[in-house]
Amino acid sequence: MSASTRPSLGSVALNAAAGLSLLYILLPLIFVTWLAFFRQEIPSFPPEGYSLKWFAAAANNQPFINGFLLSLQVGVAATLLGLLVGVPASLALVRHRIVLGPLFNTLLLMPLVMPGIVLGTAIYVFQIETEIATGLPVMGSQGGLIAAHTLVVIPWVVRLVTASLVGFDRTIEEAAQNLGAGPFTTFRRVTLPSIRPGIVAAGLFGFVTSFGNLEMSLFLVGPGRTTLPIAILQYLEWKIDPTVAAASLIQIVLIAVAMIITDRYVKLSRVV
Amino acid sequence: MARLSIEHLRKTYGDLTVVDDVTIDIADGEFLVLLGPSGCGKTTTLRMVAGFIAPSAGAITIGERSVTALPPWKRNCGLVFQSYALFPHMTVAENVAFGLEMRKVSPADRIPRVAEALRLVQLAGFDERYPRQLSGGQQQRVALARALAMEPDVLLLDEPLSNLDAKLRQEVRVEIRDLQRKLGLTTIMVTHDQEEALTMADRLVVMEKGKVRQIGSQRELYEKPADRFVAGFIGRSAFLDGEITAPGRFRTRGGVEIGCAAATGTGAATLALRPERIAVGGEAQGLHNHFQARVEHASYLGAILDIDVSLSGHDRMLLQIPNKAGVAEPKPGETITIGWAEDAGLVYPREA
Ligand SMILES: Nc1ncnc2c1ncn2[C@@H]1O[C@H](COP(=O)(O)OP(=O)(O)OP(=O)(O)O)[C@@H](O)[C@H]1O
Ligand SMILES: [Mg+2]
Repeated sequence: MSASTRPSLGSVALNAAAGLSLLYILLPLIFVTWLAFFRQEIPSFPPEGYSLKWFAAAANNQPFINGFLLSLQVGVAATLLGLLVGVPASLALVRHRIVLGPLFNTLLLMPLVMPGIVLGTAIYVFQIETEIATGLPVMGSQGGLIAAHTLVVIPWVVRLVTASLVGFDRTIEEAAQNLGAGPFTTFRRVTLPSIRPGIVAAGLFGFVTSFGNLEMSLFLVGPGRTTLPIAILQYLEWKIDPTVAAASLIQIVLIAVAMIITDRYVKLSRVV
Repeated sequence: MARLSIEHLRKTYGDLTVVDDVTIDIADGEFLVLLGPSGCGKTTTLRMVAGFIAPSAGAITIGERSVTALPPWKRNCGLVFQSYALFPHMTVAENVAFGLEMRKVSPADRIPRVAEALRLVQLAGFDERYPRQLSGGQQQRVALARALAMEPDVLLLDEPLSNLDAKLRQEVRVEIRDLQRKLGLTTIMVTHDQEEALTMADRLVVMEKGKVRQIGSQRELYEKPADRFVAGFIGRSAFLDGEITAPGRFRTRGGVEIGCAAATGTGAATLALRPERIAVGGEAQGLHNHFQARVEHASYLGAILDIDVSLSGHDRMLLQIPNKAGVAEPKPGETITIGWAEDAGLVYPREA
């Protein structure tokens, strides 16, 4: 009897465990999705009926629209800045013997593990002090928000790009130079294509992290300038109808689409 | 195509000298093989020529151009890497076209030159494949085509065949040599495979510990090795340590007296004999030097027999005799007669 016709106890147990974990991860998602289609205003089980009206409500909610646009702008800007800082930093860390290199590496990864509240408080204080010292309107500005979000993008870039650089065979760069390519052309034509999966994945995860960031942003948004997660939080303070579920579902779908599209070009499971 | 001259090239890392005063002149169209044990500085020398390692001293000239201070991308040396180093994200055709692109050859003009390079290495029709879709031997030939397509002044090959199996190695060896002759390419190839070196080279350079020990043709290296190292490295030699007692007289450590035309000067020395110059049994009787030797160990190697003998308590040497039909191999403990002519040996002063 081969294993395929009679699965062993071990593989059954493994599959069951994997299935349970997956269910556990997906459960909130499933509930949010379900809830978004409820007809009644106050969520209760079983649902009284189904409707699409909450999607219309979410799409027409001005704070949500403004929040979405701001989150999008901040996310894109922070991702680009994060790549601009993170890619050269990764190159330097992997390729050159830098004094205190491991320390810098840890520092660059730090925003990922630091609690958002702590990070938010720290940046808040820093921005106030900067404003006092320089007189520039830093506090609550979009620039200040982008700068802070760049901070949470950088760890993704450094982590994923250093990982792809470590496995990179440098003799192909030498081959390019031997064939007549200068350092810049070599980087553009040979190095960059080889680490592109890491960069794309870093951009995607950095963007998603920035887009969904709540705790840190809470400290940094200015009057009339809220990101989508904050707009959702504020809405929840006085209403708990399924509009929020619908807005979240739209977000989830957008992110999923972005991931699927990315995955077509870069196998994310291979990089992350 | 051009002449390549390497003068007093040196590379040191701190106190460590890995290439020491290397001077080699390579004629236009010559195939030179750099041979030596692992770690002797072959790759370092080649990489200095290609521009990837800055020499600590010395000069490199290609044709009339001094390239010592030029970066790799301005040297026009085609280097074939041991690991091939093909661009994984480019097709075979794109790989081969890369050098032409860097030389600003127009896309239309690239096409026939890429096709020609691929035809030369017998890979016509593989244009659209990616390197991962090729076998090791095919990848090797793409690497060669890529280097050839840019029409380099010199071709540098760093152990290009070491990743191939024995049969493929034989084939590619011939292919490379034919191509090199046809194109008249000035070439340096690095290898530590002696057979490969002997079959391919116009001239060989034997290096050891960063130094050039000898430069010459196969025959020169085999018949007139410049020192004991070369005598042991190129082909095999039986060595006897001892001293020169008078011109033409050599006495081994164990006191065996040997007549040897090459023994000049005085002092501690080593006598080197090529195995095929040593006769065994009846043939040995008539020779100037003949001795009774005790067989210590015999190995059966098919076409030849390796026999370890002692001439005296202090003198051991290795013989190789052809495995003739009907002749039983000597057994350990047996005594056999061995001998060689007076002009057979070479004598080297003993190295400290
Ligand atoms: N960056 C370096 N720093 C210090 N020593 C080095 C460095 N690069 C090479 N070496 C030393 O230089 C010597 C020559 O190295 P090289 O790679 O030229 O040897 P090789 O003749 O090509 O050997 P192989 O046949 O094993 O490839 C070696 O002993 C090596 O350890
Ligand atoms: Mg080497």
